Amino acid sequence: MRLSAIDLACHRGGRDVFEGLSFAVSSGEVLTITGRNGAGKSSLLRTIIGLARIAHGKLALEGGDAELTIAEQAHYLGHQDALKPALSVGENLRFWTGFLGARGEHIRPALDAVGLDELADLPAAYLSAGQRRRLSIARLLAVKRPLWLLDEPTSTLDAAAQQRLTGFMRAHLTEGGIILAATHGSLGLGATQELRLDDLRASAAAAMAEQEAP
Amino acid sequence: MSPLVAILVRDMRIAIRVGGGALMGVLFFLVVVTLVPFAVGPDLALLKRIGPAILWLAALLASLLALDRLFASDHEDGSLDLILMSRAPLELVVAVKGIAHWLTTGLPLIVAAPLIGLFLNLDPPAEAALVLTLLVGTPALTFIGLIGAAIAVALRRGGLLLAVIVLPLTVPVLIFGVAAANAAVAGPVPFGTPFTILCALTLASLVVGPFAAAAALRQEME
Repeated sequence: MRLSAIDLACHRGGRDVFEGLSFAVSSGEVLTITGRNGAGKSSLLRTIIGLARIAHGKLALEGGDAELTIAEQAHYLGHQDALKPALSVGENLRFWTGFLGARGEHIRPALDAVGLDELADLPAAYLSAGQRRRLSIARLLAVKRPLWLLDEPTSTLDAAAQQRLTGFMRAHLTEGGIILAATHGSLGLGATQELRLDDLRASAAAAMAEQEAP
Repeated sequence: MSPLVAILVRDMRIAIRVGGGALMGVLFFLVVVTLVPFAVGPDLALLKRIGPAILWLAALLASLLALDRLFASDHEDGSLDLILMSRAPLELVVAVKGIAHWLTTGLPLIVAAPLIGLFLNLDPPAEAALVLTLLVGTPALTFIGLIGAAIAVALRRGGLLLAVIVLPLTVPVLIFGVAAANAAVAGPVPFGTPFTILCALTLASLVVGPFAAAAALRQEME
Protein backbone atom coordinates (compact mmCIF):
# COMPACT_ATOMS: atom_id res chain seq x y z
CA MET A 1 0.00 0.00 0.00
CA ARG A 2 1.29 3.45 -0.87
CA LEU A 3 -0.07 6.93 -0.26
CA SER A 4 1.27 9.51 -2.64
CA ALA A 5 0.70 13.20 -3.20
CA ILE A 6 1.81 15.06 -6.29
CA ASP A 7 2.05 18.84 -6.38
CA LEU A 8 -0.66 19.21 -3.73
CA ALA A 9 -2.00 22.65 -2.84
CA CYS A 10 -4.51 23.79 -0.26
CA HIS A 11 -6.21 27.16 0.17
CA ARG A 12 -8.14 27.97 3.29
CA GLY A 13 -9.87 31.18 4.18
CA GLY A 14 -8.63 32.87 1.00
CA ARG A 15 -4.95 32.21 1.67
CA ASP A 16 -2.50 29.65 0.34
CA VAL A 17 -1.67 27.28 3.15
CA PHE A 18 0.78 25.22 1.12
CA GLU A 19 1.58 24.61 -2.52
CA GLY A 20 3.62 22.22 -4.62
CA LEU A 21 3.70 19.51 -1.98
CA SER A 22 4.79 16.02 -3.04
CA PHE A 23 5.47 12.96 -0.95
CA ALA A 24 5.02 9.21 -0.96
CA VAL A 25 4.69 6.82 1.97
CA SER A 26 4.51 3.05 1.66
CA SER A 27 3.37 0.29 3.98
CA GLY A 28 5.35 0.17 7.18
CA GLU A 29 6.62 3.73 6.84
CA VAL A 30 6.12 6.89 8.83
CA LEU A 31 6.03 10.42 7.49
CA THR A 32 6.47 13.10 10.12
CA ILE A 33 5.22 16.53 9.16
CA THR A 34 7.04 19.35 10.87
CA GLY A 35 6.90 23.10 10.69
CA ARG A 36 6.22 26.13 12.84
CA ASN A 37 2.74 26.98 14.10
CA GLY A 38 0.45 27.81 11.22
CA ALA A 39 2.69 26.16 8.63
CA GLY A 40 -0.22 23.99 7.49
CA LYS A 41 0.46 20.67 9.23
CA SER A 42 -3.14 20.21 10.34
CA SER A 43 -4.44 21.49 7.02
CA LEU A 44 -2.39 18.88 5.19
CA LEU A 45 -3.85 16.07 7.29
CA ARG A 46 -7.36 17.46 6.84
CA THR A 47 -6.81 17.74 3.10
CA ILE A 48 -5.81 14.07 2.88
CA ILE A 49 -9.05 12.90 4.49
CA GLY A 50 -11.22 15.28 2.51
CA LEU A 51 -12.11 17.69 5.31
CA ALA A 52 -10.44 20.49 3.38
CA ARG A 53 -10.71 20.82 -0.37
CA ILE A 54 -7.74 20.01 -2.59
CA ALA A 55 -7.09 23.21 -4.55
CA HIS A 56 -4.61 21.65 -6.92
CA GLY A 57 -2.66 18.42 -7.40
CA LYS A 58 -3.36 14.75 -6.88
CA LEU A 59 -3.66 12.41 -3.97
CA ALA A 60 -3.79 8.64 -4.37
CA LEU A 61 -3.78 5.53 -2.25
CA GLU A 62 -2.54 2.52 -4.19
CA GLY A 63 -3.12 -0.99 -2.99
CA GLY A 64 -6.02 -0.10 -0.74
CA ASP A 65 -9.63 -1.09 -1.06
CA ALA A 66 -10.75 0.41 -4.37
CA GLU A 67 -14.34 0.64 -3.15
CA LEU A 68 -13.43 2.96 -0.29
CA THR A 69 -12.21 6.56 -0.25
CA ILE A 70 -8.97 7.46 1.51
CA ALA A 71 -10.93 8.89 4.44
CA GLU A 72 -12.81 5.62 4.88
CA GLN A 73 -9.54 3.73 5.25
CA ALA A 74 -8.00 6.25 7.59
CA HIS A 75 -8.08 7.11 11.26
CA TYR A 76 -7.81 10.78 12.10
CA LEU A 77 -6.63 11.74 15.55
CA GLY A 78 -7.20 15.49 15.61
CA HIS A 79 -6.81 18.14 18.28
CA GLN A 80 -10.26 17.38 19.60
CA ASP A 81 -10.96 14.03 21.14
CA ALA A 82 -14.50 13.46 19.75
CA LEU A 83 -15.81 12.33 23.11
CA LYS A 84 -19.16 13.01 24.72
CA PRO A 85 -18.88 14.00 28.38
CA ALA A 86 -22.35 12.59 29.18
CA LEU A 87 -21.41 9.08 28.03
CA SER A 88 -19.15 6.70 29.90
CA VAL A 89 -15.67 5.78 28.69
CA GLY A 90 -16.94 2.42 27.43
CA GLU A 91 -20.01 3.92 25.74
CA ASN A 92 -17.89 6.48 23.91
CA LEU A 93 -15.61 3.83 22.48
CA ARG A 94 -18.53 1.50 21.73
CA PHE A 95 -20.25 4.30 19.78
CA TRP A 96 -17.24 4.99 17.57
CA THR A 97 -16.61 1.30 17.02
CA GLY A 98 -20.23 0.85 15.95
CA PHE A 99 -20.28 4.01 13.88
CA LEU A 100 -17.10 3.06 12.05
CA GLY A 101 -18.69 -0.27 11.23
CA ALA A 102 -16.45 -2.56 13.26
CA ARG A 103 -17.48 -5.39 15.55
CA GLY A 104 -17.25 -4.93 19.28
CA GLU A 105 -14.77 -7.62 20.28
CA HIS A 106 -11.76 -5.29 20.27
CA ILE A 107 -13.29 -2.72 22.61
CA ARG A 108 -12.14 -4.33 25.87
CA PRO A 109 -8.61 -5.10 24.67
CA ALA A 110 -8.31 -1.54 23.32
CA LEU A 111 -9.34 -0.02 26.64
CA ASP A 112 -6.93 -2.40 28.33
CA ALA A 113 -4.10 -1.34 26.04
CA VAL A 114 -4.52 2.36 26.82
CA GLY A 115 -4.93 1.65 30.53
CA LEU A 116 -8.55 2.80 30.86
CA ASP A 117 -10.19 -0.58 31.47
CA GLU A 118 -10.88 0.20 35.13
CA LEU A 119 -12.55 3.49 34.21
CA ALA A 120 -14.88 1.98 31.58
CA ASP A 121 -18.03 2.96 33.49
CA LEU A 122 -16.88 6.46 34.42
CA PRO A 123 -18.51 9.36 32.52
CA ALA A 124 -15.98 10.86 30.12
CA ALA A 125 -16.61 14.27 31.73
CA TYR A 126 -14.37 13.21 34.64
CA LEU A 127 -11.36 12.25 32.52
CA SER A 128 -8.19 14.34 32.49
CA ALA A 129 -6.87 15.72 29.21
CA GLY A 130 -4.34 12.87 28.95
CA GLN A 131 -6.96 10.23 29.67
CA ARG A 132 -9.26 11.72 27.03
CA ARG A 133 -6.45 11.54 24.52
CA ARG A 134 -5.78 7.91 25.48
CA LEU A 135 -9.45 7.10 25.00
CA SER A 136 -9.38 8.55 21.51
CA ILE A 137 -6.22 6.56 20.79
CA ALA A 138 -8.18 3.46 21.85
CA ARG A 139 -10.42 4.12 18.83
CA LEU A 140 -7.46 3.47 16.52
CA LEU A 141 -6.88 0.13 18.21
CA ALA A 142 -10.53 -0.99 18.35
CA VAL A 143 -11.14 -0.41 14.64
CA LYS A 144 -8.51 -1.65 12.21
CA ARG A 145 -7.63 0.82 9.48
CA PRO A 146 -4.41 0.92 7.48
CA LEU A 147 -3.82 4.67 7.42
CA TRP A 148 -3.26 6.65 10.62
CA LEU A 149 -3.23 10.45 10.49
CA LEU A 150 -2.12 11.82 13.82
CA ASP A 151 -2.16 15.51 14.67
CA GLU A 152 0.19 16.19 17.60
CA PRO A 153 -0.51 12.73 19.02
CA THR A 154 1.79 13.10 22.00
CA SER A 155 0.44 16.40 23.32
CA THR A 156 -1.08 16.02 26.82
CA LEU A 157 0.34 12.47 27.15
CA ASP A 158 2.74 11.66 30.00
CA ALA A 159 6.00 9.79 29.41
CA ALA A 160 4.51 6.34 30.05
CA ALA A 161 1.57 6.97 27.74
CA GLN A 162 3.90 8.33 25.05
CA GLN A 163 5.87 5.10 25.23
CA ARG A 164 2.69 3.09 24.90
CA LEU A 165 1.71 5.16 21.87
CA THR A 166 5.12 4.48 20.33
CA GLY A 167 4.46 0.77 20.90
CA PHE A 168 1.06 0.99 19.18
CA MET A 169 2.62 2.80 16.23
CA ARG A 170 5.39 0.18 15.94
CA ALA A 171 2.83 -2.61 15.96
CA HIS A 172 0.74 -0.78 13.37
CA LEU A 173 3.77 -0.38 11.10
CA THR A 174 4.72 -4.04 11.47
CA GLU A 175 1.23 -4.97 10.31
CA GLY A 176 1.88 -2.94 7.16
CA GLY A 177 0.13 0.26 8.19
CA ILE A 178 1.05 3.80 7.20
CA ILE A 179 1.40 6.67 9.67
CA LEU A 180 1.43 10.38 8.93
CA ALA A 181 2.07 12.44 12.02
CA ALA A 182 2.19 16.19 12.45
CA THR A 183 4.48 16.74 15.39
CA HIS A 184 6.89 19.07 17.14
CA GLY A 185 8.64 16.46 19.20
CA SER A 186 10.05 13.03 18.50
CA LEU A 187 7.77 10.04 18.11
CA GLY A 188 10.43 7.63 19.35
CA LEU A 189 10.33 5.60 16.15
CA GLY A 190 13.94 6.22 15.14
CA ALA A 191 14.73 7.68 11.75
CA THR A 192 11.63 8.57 9.76
CA GLN A 193 10.87 10.43 6.58
CA GLU A 194 10.31 14.05 7.33
CA LEU A 195 8.29 16.63 5.46
CA ARG A 196 9.26 20.15 6.45
CA LEU A 197 6.53 22.60 5.55
CA ASP A 198 8.75 25.59 6.44
CA ASP A 199 11.37 24.64 3.86
CA LEU A 200 8.67 24.17 1.30
CA ARG A 201 7.37 27.66 1.83
CA ALA A 202 10.90 29.09 1.82
CA SER A 203 11.76 27.37 -1.45
CA ALA A 204 8.46 28.48 -3.00
CA ALA A 205 9.19 32.05 -1.90
CA ALA A 206 12.73 31.82 -3.30
CA ALA A 207 11.44 30.50 -6.61
CA MET A 208 8.95 33.32 -6.79
CA ALA A 209 11.64 35.88 -5.95
CA GLU A 210 13.85 34.47 -8.74
CA GLN A 211 11.05 34.80 -11.23
CA GLU A 212 10.39 38.37 -10.25
CA ALA A 213 14.05 39.30 -10.01
CA PRO A 214 15.36 39.67 -13.62
CA MET B 1 -24.26 -2.26 14.76
CA SER B 2 -24.79 -0.10 11.73
CA PRO B 3 -23.46 3.49 11.80
CA LEU B 4 -26.95 4.98 11.77
CA VAL B 5 -28.19 2.84 14.65
CA ALA B 6 -25.05 3.81 16.58
CA ILE B 7 -25.82 7.52 16.09
CA LEU B 8 -29.46 7.06 17.09
CA VAL B 9 -28.57 5.20 20.28
CA ARG B 10 -25.85 7.67 21.20
CA ASP B 11 -27.96 10.80 20.67
CA MET B 12 -30.92 9.40 22.57
CA ARG B 13 -28.69 8.31 25.41
CA ILE B 14 -27.13 11.77 25.70
CA ALA B 15 -30.56 13.43 25.57
CA ILE B 16 -32.03 11.39 28.41
CA ARG B 17 -29.00 11.74 30.69
CA VAL B 18 -29.00 14.40 33.38
CA GLY B 19 -28.72 17.82 31.75
CA GLY B 20 -29.83 16.43 28.39
CA GLY B 21 -32.48 18.04 26.24
CA ALA B 22 -35.35 15.61 26.80
CA LEU B 23 -36.43 16.50 30.32
CA MET B 24 -35.73 20.21 29.84
CA GLY B 25 -38.04 20.31 26.83
CA VAL B 26 -41.00 18.84 28.72
CA LEU B 27 -40.43 21.04 31.77
CA PHE B 28 -40.20 24.15 29.59
CA PHE B 29 -43.43 23.13 27.83
CA LEU B 30 -45.13 22.64 31.19
CA VAL B 31 -43.93 25.99 32.55
CA VAL B 32 -44.97 28.00 29.50
CA VAL B 33 -48.44 26.47 29.40
CA THR B 34 -48.92 26.87 33.13
CA LEU B 35 -48.05 30.56 32.93
CA VAL B 36 -50.85 31.30 30.47
CA PRO B 37 -53.81 30.88 32.86
CA PHE B 38 -52.02 33.15 35.31
CA ALA B 39 -51.57 35.80 32.65
CA VAL B 40 -55.01 35.49 31.04
CA GLY B 41 -56.98 34.97 34.23
CA PRO B 42 -59.53 32.29 35.14
CA ASP B 43 -61.71 32.85 32.10
CA LEU B 44 -62.52 29.24 31.23
CA ALA B 45 -64.26 30.02 27.94
CA LEU B 46 -61.31 32.08 26.72
CA LEU B 47 -58.77 29.46 27.77
CA LYS B 48 -60.74 26.80 25.96
CA ARG B 49 -60.74 28.90 22.80
CA ILE B 50 -57.03 29.76 22.80
CA GLY B 51 -55.88 26.47 24.37
CA PRO B 52 -54.77 24.68 21.16
CA ALA B 53 -52.83 27.77 20.03
CA ILE B 54 -51.05 28.04 23.37
CA LEU B 55 -50.09 24.38 23.36
CA TRP B 56 -48.80 24.62 19.82
CA LEU B 57 -46.73 27.72 20.57
CA ALA B 58 -45.27 26.09 23.67
CA ALA B 59 -44.44 22.93 21.70
CA LEU B 60 -42.75 25.04 19.04
CA LEU B 61 -40.57 26.86 21.57
CA ALA B 62 -39.80 23.68 23.52
CA SER B 63 -38.67 21.80 20.43
CA LEU B 64 -36.30 24.66 19.56
CA LEU B 65 -34.75 24.55 22.99
CA ALA B 66 -32.24 21.73 22.58
CA LEU B 67 -31.87 22.17 18.85
CA ASP B 68 -29.00 24.65 18.74
CA ARG B 69 -26.64 22.11 20.33
CA LEU B 70 -27.59 19.37 17.89
CA PHE B 71 -24.66 19.88 15.49
CA ALA B 72 -22.73 22.50 17.45
CA SER B 73 -21.65 20.03 20.13
CA ASP B 74 -20.51 17.52 17.51
CA HIS B 75 -18.62 20.28 15.75
CA GLU B 76 -16.87 21.52 18.88
CA ASP B 77 -15.66 18.14 20.11
CA GLY B 78 -14.48 16.97 16.69
CA SER B 79 -17.11 14.26 16.22
CA LEU B 80 -18.42 16.00 13.13
CA ASP B 81 -15.02 15.57 11.41
CA LEU B 82 -15.18 11.82 11.93
CA ILE B 83 -18.82 11.72 10.81
CA LEU B 84 -17.95 13.61 7.61
CA MET B 85 -15.10 11.16 6.94
CA SER B 86 -17.32 8.15 7.26
CA ARG B 87 -19.09 6.03 4.72
CA ALA B 88 -22.55 6.83 6.07
CA PRO B 89 -24.21 9.47 3.86
CA LEU B 90 -24.34 12.78 5.71
CA GLU B 91 -27.98 13.31 4.75
CA LEU B 92 -28.98 10.07 6.49
CA VAL B 93 -26.86 10.84 9.55
CA VAL B 94 -28.54 14.24 9.77
CA ALA B 95 -31.98 12.64 9.39
CA VAL B 96 -31.20 10.09 12.10
CA LYS B 97 -30.05 12.86 14.43
CA GLY B 98 -33.36 14.60 13.70
CA ILE B 99 -35.28 11.42 14.53
CA ALA B 100 -33.35 11.01 17.78
CA HIS B 101 -34.10 14.63 18.65
CA TRP B 102 -37.80 14.20 17.93
CA LEU B 103 -38.04 10.95 19.91
CA THR B 104 -36.46 12.61 22.94
CA THR B 105 -38.03 16.08 22.81
CA GLY B 106 -41.07 15.93 20.52
CA LEU B 107 -42.58 12.68 21.69
CA PRO B 108 -42.51 13.52 25.43
CA LEU B 109 -44.39 16.76 24.64
CA ILE B 110 -47.10 14.79 22.89
CA VAL B 111 -47.39 12.43 25.85
CA ALA B 112 -47.59 15.37 28.25
CA ALA B 113 -50.01 17.40 26.14
CA PRO B 114 -53.31 15.76 27.30
CA LEU B 115 -52.39 16.35 30.93
CA ILE B 116 -51.34 19.92 30.33
CA GLY B 117 -54.47 20.47 28.24
CA LEU B 118 -56.49 20.13 31.44
CA PHE B 119 -54.98 23.40 32.66
CA LEU B 120 -56.50 25.09 29.64
CA ASN B 121 -59.97 23.59 30.06
CA LEU B 122 -59.79 21.48 26.92
CA ASP B 123 -62.39 18.72 26.66
CA PRO B 124 -61.51 15.18 25.52
CA PRO B 125 -62.37 15.54 21.79
CA ALA B 126 -60.31 18.73 21.58
CA GLU B 127 -57.41 17.03 23.35
CA ALA B 128 -57.53 14.06 21.02
CA ALA B 129 -57.46 16.35 17.97
CA LEU B 130 -54.65 18.38 19.49
CA VAL B 131 -52.52 15.32 20.24
CA LEU B 132 -53.04 14.09 16.70
CA THR B 133 -51.97 17.42 15.20
CA LEU B 134 -48.92 17.57 17.48
CA LEU B 135 -47.98 14.00 16.57
CA VAL B 136 -48.08 14.85 12.89
CA GLY B 137 -46.73 18.41 13.15
CA THR B 138 -43.80 18.25 15.60
CA PRO B 139 -41.57 16.18 13.26
CA ALA B 140 -41.85 19.08 10.82
CA LEU B 141 -40.68 21.49 13.53
CA THR B 142 -37.65 19.30 14.26
CA PHE B 143 -36.71 18.77 10.63
CA ILE B 144 -37.07 22.45 9.74
CA GLY B 145 -35.02 23.14 12.84
CA LEU B 146 -32.23 20.88 11.50
CA ILE B 147 -31.58 23.44 8.79
CA GLY B 148 -31.24 26.22 11.32
CA ALA B 149 -29.02 24.10 13.56
CA ALA B 150 -26.68 23.35 10.65
CA ILE B 151 -26.53 26.98 9.54
CA ALA B 152 -25.80 28.02 13.12
CA VAL B 153 -22.74 25.73 13.04
CA ALA B 154 -21.64 27.15 9.70
CA LEU B 155 -21.93 30.70 11.01
CA ARG B 156 -20.42 29.78 14.37
CA ARG B 157 -23.30 31.37 16.24
CA GLY B 158 -25.82 29.50 18.29
CA GLY B 159 -28.79 30.34 20.44
CA LEU B 160 -30.87 33.25 19.25
CA LEU B 161 -29.70 33.06 15.67
CA LEU B 162 -31.29 29.64 15.43
CA ALA B 163 -34.63 30.99 16.66
CA VAL B 164 -34.46 33.88 14.21
CA ILE B 165 -33.77 31.54 11.29
CA VAL B 166 -36.15 28.75 12.24
CA LEU B 167 -39.24 30.44 13.69
CA PRO B 168 -40.34 32.19 10.47
CA LEU B 169 -40.01 28.90 8.58
CA THR B 170 -42.35 27.19 11.02
CA VAL B 171 -45.22 29.63 10.43
CA PRO B 172 -47.08 27.36 7.95
CA VAL B 173 -46.83 24.40 10.32
CA LEU B 174 -48.18 26.53 13.15
CA ILE B 175 -51.06 27.88 11.06
CA PHE B 176 -52.27 24.50 9.87
CA GLY B 177 -51.59 22.71 13.15
CA VAL B 178 -53.69 25.15 15.15
CA ALA B 179 -56.30 25.36 12.39
CA ALA B 180 -56.74 21.58 12.40
CA ALA B 181 -56.99 21.44 16.20
CA ASN B 182 -59.55 24.26 16.23
CA ALA B 183 -61.51 22.80 13.36
CA ALA B 184 -62.04 19.58 15.29
CA VAL B 185 -63.68 21.53 18.13
CA ALA B 186 -65.36 24.56 16.67
CA GLY B 187 -65.62 24.06 12.92
CA PRO B 188 -66.70 25.34 10.48
CA VAL B 189 -63.91 23.92 8.30
CA PRO B 190 -63.77 20.11 8.41
CA PHE B 191 -60.78 18.70 10.37
CA GLY B 192 -59.45 16.89 7.33
CA THR B 193 -58.61 19.93 5.21
CA PRO B 194 -56.00 21.67 7.39
CA PHE B 195 -54.84 18.32 8.76
CA THR B 196 -53.99 17.00 5.29
CA ILE B 197 -51.98 20.13 4.55
CA LEU B 198 -50.18 19.68 7.88
CA CYS B 199 -49.29 16.12 6.85
CA ALA B 200 -47.99 17.43 3.53
CA LEU B 201 -45.85 20.07 5.25
CA THR B 202 -44.34 17.40 7.49
CA LEU B 203 -43.57 15.07 4.60
CA ALA B 204 -41.95 17.90 2.65
CA SER B 205 -39.81 18.95 5.60
CA LEU B 206 -38.72 15.33 6.20
CA VAL B 207 -37.28 15.35 2.70
CA VAL B 208 -35.94 18.91 2.43
CA GLY B 209 -34.60 19.27 5.98
CA PRO B 210 -31.84 16.62 5.91
CA PHE B 211 -30.59 17.63 2.45
CA ALA B 212 -30.48 21.33 3.31
CA ALA B 213 -28.84 20.71 6.67
CA ALA B 214 -26.23 18.35 5.17
CA ALA B 215 -25.44 20.93 2.48
CA ALA B 216 -24.96 23.61 5.14
CA LEU B 217 -22.65 21.34 7.15
CA ARG B 218 -20.54 20.51 4.09
CA GLN B 219 -20.27 24.18 3.24
CA GLU B 220 -19.06 24.89 6.74
CA MET B 221 -16.24 22.40 6.40
CA GLU B 222 -14.69 24.17 3.42
